[in-house]
Parts: sequence; structure tokens; C-alpha cells
Amino acid sequence: MKLSQKMKVNCIASLLLTGVSASASAVDLEFYFPVAVGGAAADTIQALTDEYVAANDGVNIDAVYAGSYGDTVTKALTASRGGKPPQLSVILSVDMFTLIDEEVIMPFDSLVKTDDDKAWLESFYPAFMENSQTGGKTYGIPFQRSTPVLYWNKEAFAEAGLDPDTPPATWEETIEMGKKLVKKDADGNVSRWGVRIPSSGFPYWLFQGLTTQNDVILANSDGNETYFDDPKVAEALQYLVDLSMKHEVMAPGIIEWGATPKAFFEGQTAMMWTSTGNLTNVRKNAPFDFGVGLLPGNKRRGAPTGGGNFFIFADSTDEQKAAAFDFVKWISQPAQSAKWTIATGYVAPRADTWETDEMKAYTADFAPALVARDQLEFAVAELSTYENQRVTGIFNDALAAAITGTKSVEEALAEAQKNAEAILKDYR
Amino acid sequence: MIHRREWVYGWLFLSPALLFLFTFTHYPAASTIISSFFSTPKGRRPAKFIGLENYQTLIQDEVFWKVLGNNFWFALGTIPISVGLALLMALWVNSHLKGTTLSRIAFFAPTVLPLIAVANIWLFFYTPGFGLIDQFRSGLFGLPAINLLGNPDTALAAVIVVAIWKEAGFFMIFYLAALQSIPPVLREAADVEGASSFYYLRKILLPLLMPTTLFVSVNAVINSFRLVDHIFVMTDGGPDNASSLLLFYIYETAFKYWQTGYAATLTVVMLILLSILAIGQFFLFDRKIHYQ
Repeated sequence: MKLSQKMKVNCIASLLLTGVSASASAVDLEFYFPVAVGGAAADTIQALTDEYVAANDGVNIDAVYAGSYGDTVTKALTASRGGKPPQLSVILSVDMFTLIDEEVIMPFDSLVKTDDDKAWLESFYPAFMENSQTGGKTYGIPFQRSTPVLYWNKEAFAEAGLDPDTPPATWEETIEMGKKLVKKDADGNVSRWGVRIPSSGFPYWLFQGLTTQNDVILANSDGNETYFDDPKVAEALQYLVDLSMKHEVMAPGIIEWGATPKAFFEGQTAMMWTSTGNLTNVRKNAPFDFGVGLLPGNKRRGAPTGGGNFFIFADSTDEQKAAAFDFVKWISQPAQSAKWTIATGYVAPRADTWETDEMKAYTADFAPALVARDQLEFAVAELSTYENQRVTGIFNDALAAAITGTKSVEEALAEAQKNAEAILKDYR
Repeated sequence: MIHRREWVYGWLFLSPALLFLFTFTHYPAASTIISSFFSTPKGRRPAKFIGLENYQTLIQDEVFWKVLGNNFWFALGTIPISVGLALLMALWVNSHLKGTTLSRIAFFAPTVLPLIAVANIWLFFYTPGFGLIDQFRSGLFGLPAINLLGNPDTALAAVIVVAIWKEAGFFMIFYLAALQSIPPVLREAADVEGASSFYYLRKILLPLLMPTTLFVSVNAVINSFRLVDHIFVMTDGGPDNASSLLLFYIYETAFKYWQTGYAATLTVVMLILLSILAIGQFFLFDRKIHYQ
């Protein structure tokens, strides 16, 4: 009795307190977010969401940690099929076509009304927008975006008689320097490799660095055609295979992503290619002086972009859409964006974020953070097509087959192209 | 009247089990079979009846045949070794030697640990260069680094080892319970008759353990289709599907590729396989089993 009376009093009190603003127009949003790089990201998203809710009466945002990128898209699609989609979610930018195909997301264009909104939409780096737009419409807003960069061990470079401040700038230099950097122990076993390009799980991402450098793209921007059997793609794959098989500057077989930073810290490789998402990790744990640079080029410099975008779900009320849009606009403002980048290492997706005092202080203290931004000029869209997971799955299998030597480069790529074609022909 | 009331009681007792059985076993199985004849719904396009098209896709799907083959080797690799090992460990910890409690704990520990956590530990064991196995190899024998998970020839064997390590201790518990329920008079009688230990094992212990062996091997067969958690962590089915198993492929098809119609078809194949195996085991083994 006592308890229920107390509750009633509380209810009435809170109704009176919030009466005016909450009236009938309280908007509830459900917001799914993935975490790919550890604890700080989740806490930062929660803190930013809380800050927004506190400043905006009548909007409630329930930020739900939804697991990895893969888990998040699975959850969002399952919830949509069950008729209860989130209103807002951060999902891998490459899943855009899948989400369009499932008819669960809506373009931002219908929400963009004022000139301010238009200017905002144009404030993001074009490299990040390539994965966010198709058919002249914008479906995603860049948020936790990254790009792979080259990390090198300056001590190992000095030991091998190389200039510790000059990383390889081309494919050939990677081989030349790599050969000098390979170190063998008394038994003739390699104790330090020259370079490490991880290939487990999703080899296509870093491989896309190589194809971009070889001046070829893997898929069109409509997401319904792939070019896996292009001779330039084969050339890039042959180079990757040769790094291990012919030039012996990289460990043979599939190389694990997760163990790559550790192998770098342990001095088992003098260089590694991995995401900018590892910057903070390497900064904290590398027991030697290290450098961060652009990926080496061949015909040109090049790298893919990666990471997650904001998507607004179509099956929401107009109020919810407007509120979700407002939240996305707010969180991508330089002040919030800077906080996010400093906490996680993700690349700030707008030029004006880099101009904030916080970011200037951060990059003055830690210059490597700027490398990712500078590389954006050469970056292209991450491989993304309709039925993206299936098509990239096929491509990953082909890359793995070539890397492990079970199929020749040409054979693997021709097969992948044939299988991708069979899936994508329905989308033209 | 009395008859009728008993009939009602009967159904009342059955109903909780039946309810669960129908909700979680029979209904999903039936709806899976139905879905396997339909296309995958996309957005506002509903699923449409396509007859045997999914099954034709299946026959032409190279990856399906590859994972089926992998699953065969996985079963062949895990079942006999884990059951045999379980029996050996049970005989060992059932003897009255010193330190049996410690070995019981050691043997059973893998069962208690979650497979995902265990897979991460094994991932470290297998890591080329600085993993446990390579540290031994280079430290003791001066051998070069070995990339067990990154090589299609060894990846499947590497995940088989983890599965054996995981389930042998679990099966040991059943054997241990069975061994402890065997009356000691049999041993005494055998001693009086002058039977050797090996003879006692072969003619008395093993036949008496047959019901447990049946139970354990049915479980081992089911596990050989079910134990895929570690594959998510260790290889993701790679390289080039070398370590992918049927259930893992079904998950990928359904929840990564969103080909739910085709995933239902794959599931039907798995259902049929499991049914054949279970029926086969009961018929083959049952004749040779002596129930006390």
C-alpha cells in the first residue's frame, strides 16, 4: 500500500514537472550502435547521447549497444522484419545497398530542407560520401569511419640500415626495404618479417588498397557490377601473393588481423598495414619509436575507406524521423565529432572538425592522427554491392584461395567474377 | 469413468513436454521444410513458391559440398577420438591412484568453460610466431613458425583438436558414472577365476559400458554438427571455406547473406542427415547392447 501510494505521488509530481514540454509530443528513439574497437567507444556514444537528451526536451533516445558490425546489421534487419525497427542505427557503410534492397532505410534528402541542412550535407569529405550515396540520394551520414595506414618500426629500420623516417612509397620499395628488414635467427628461421598485410576474415579491405594503387576499382557506384577479373586486379593480387611466395618479405598463408598489432609490438614484423582504429592501441603499447604513413602507391596512391554510417529507418513516424535527423546533425557537429575522434581514433569525417581547438591540440601532440586525414584525398569507396555480404564473401574466398595457393590468381578471380555476376545480374 | 479420467491425466502430464516439443522442435522443423520450397522474401516482395529450385541450387553449390565434406572429416576426426579419450580418462580417474581428484578436475574443466572463451585461448596457442605452440617449436627444436589456422591443409584439423579437447571431458563424466555403478563383485569374481585385467576390460567392463557408449556416441554425432562456436572466433570458416561446417554455413547463409529460403533448404539437409544417423545408430548398436 505504502509503496503504491508513494509511486502515485511520484507519478503526479513528475507529470506536473514535465507537463508542459512533454505534453503529447514526446518522441522516443531507439538507436543501435556497434562497437568494433573496445570500451571507450561505447562510453563515448552513451555520453554524447545523454548530453543531447539533456539539452532537448521531449526527445528520448535509447542507445542500444548491438555488438559487432555484423551483429548490428543482423539485429536491425531482424527487428525490421519483425515490424519493430530502430529509428536510427550506425551500420557499416557498405551495407547500404542491402538496407536499400530490404527497403528498411530512407534517404536523408527528404529531411534536408534549409540551406543550413544542405551546407551540412556537403560538409563531409567526398571520400566518405562515396559509400553513402547512390542514385543521386544520400542514405548514410559518415560517423565512425576509418582507413588503413602503414605503421613502421623506426628502430627496425635503423637496424636494417634504412632511414628510419622514410617509409616505402611504392610497391617496389616495399619489396626492397622488406628484404633488408627480414631477419633470420641462427636456425635460419625468420624472426622478423618485412611487412604484414592481414588477410583473415575480410581480406578484401586491405586488398582494395592494392587495387586502388593499381588504378582499378572493384565495383561500380550503382553496386550492381563488379570487376574482379580485370587484369589490373589480377596484377594486384599477384603482387600480394608474391610478397610471401616470391620475395619472401611477408609470412605465408592467411595472416590474422587480431594478432597483427601484437606481432608488430613483438618485433615480428617491421611494417604493418592496419586500420587507423589501432592508432591509440599502437601509441600505448609499441615499445619502440614508430611511424605512421600513407600506404605505398603503385600507379597512384590509394586506400579504401571503412567503418560505419548513420542510417535512418523508414518505418518511423515523421516526428521520429525529424528527431533522428536532428540528432545526427548535432552529433556530427565539430565539437561532438572532435570528442568522438579523440576518444576512439576514428577519422573525423568533416574538414571543420580538424579546425577545432581540441583537434588542433590533439594533432599537435600526436601528429600521426593527421595521416588518415591526408590519405582521404587518395581514398575510394569501400567495396559495396547489392547482397554485399554474399558478394564480398565470394571475393574473400577467392583471395584466400590465391593467398594460400590452392588456386591460381586468374582462376580464383575468374570464378569469383562469375559467381558475383550470377548474383548481381538481377539488380540491373 | 475411471478410464476417461486416466486419459485426461495422461494428457495433462504429457502436455508441458508436448507443448515445448511442438513449439521448439516440430513446428520449426515443419516450417523449415515448407520455407525450403519458397524464395527469400526481400523488402515488400513476399516469398513465392519456387518448388525445387533451392534444391537445384544446393546440388550445384560447390561451397555446400565442400562444407559437407568438411563436416564428414570433422565427425570422423572428433567422434572416435573424443569417445575413446573419454573412456581412457574415465578408467584412469576411476582407479585408486593418487591425485585422481586433481585429474578429474583437469579433465572436466574444458566442459565448464564457454567455447567462445576457449576458442580465444586456442587462437593464441595457434598464433604463428609468438603463440604457445610456436614458442615450443622454436624454443625447443628450432623449428620455423607454423601457421596452422591460415593454411587450408591444417585449418580443419586445428579446429577438430579444439572440439575434441572440449568434449572428451564431458563424455568422461558419463563413463565415470557408469563405471562407478558396476558392482565390485564382478571384479572380485574375475580375480577369483584368474582373469587378466585386459580380459576383464574386454569381456565385462566394455559390454557393461555399451549403453553409455551408445548415449555418448549419439551425443558426439550431434556435437559434430552442432559445435561451431569456435569457428566464428578462430577461422570464420576460412581460408576459402576450408574449416567451414554445415551449421556454420547455414548461419552465414541465413544471417549474413540473408538467403533465408536457401538456408532453410540447407537446414532440411542437416535434419535428414541427423535423422538417418540417429536411427542408424539405434538400430545398429542396440543389438549389441546389454542393458543390466
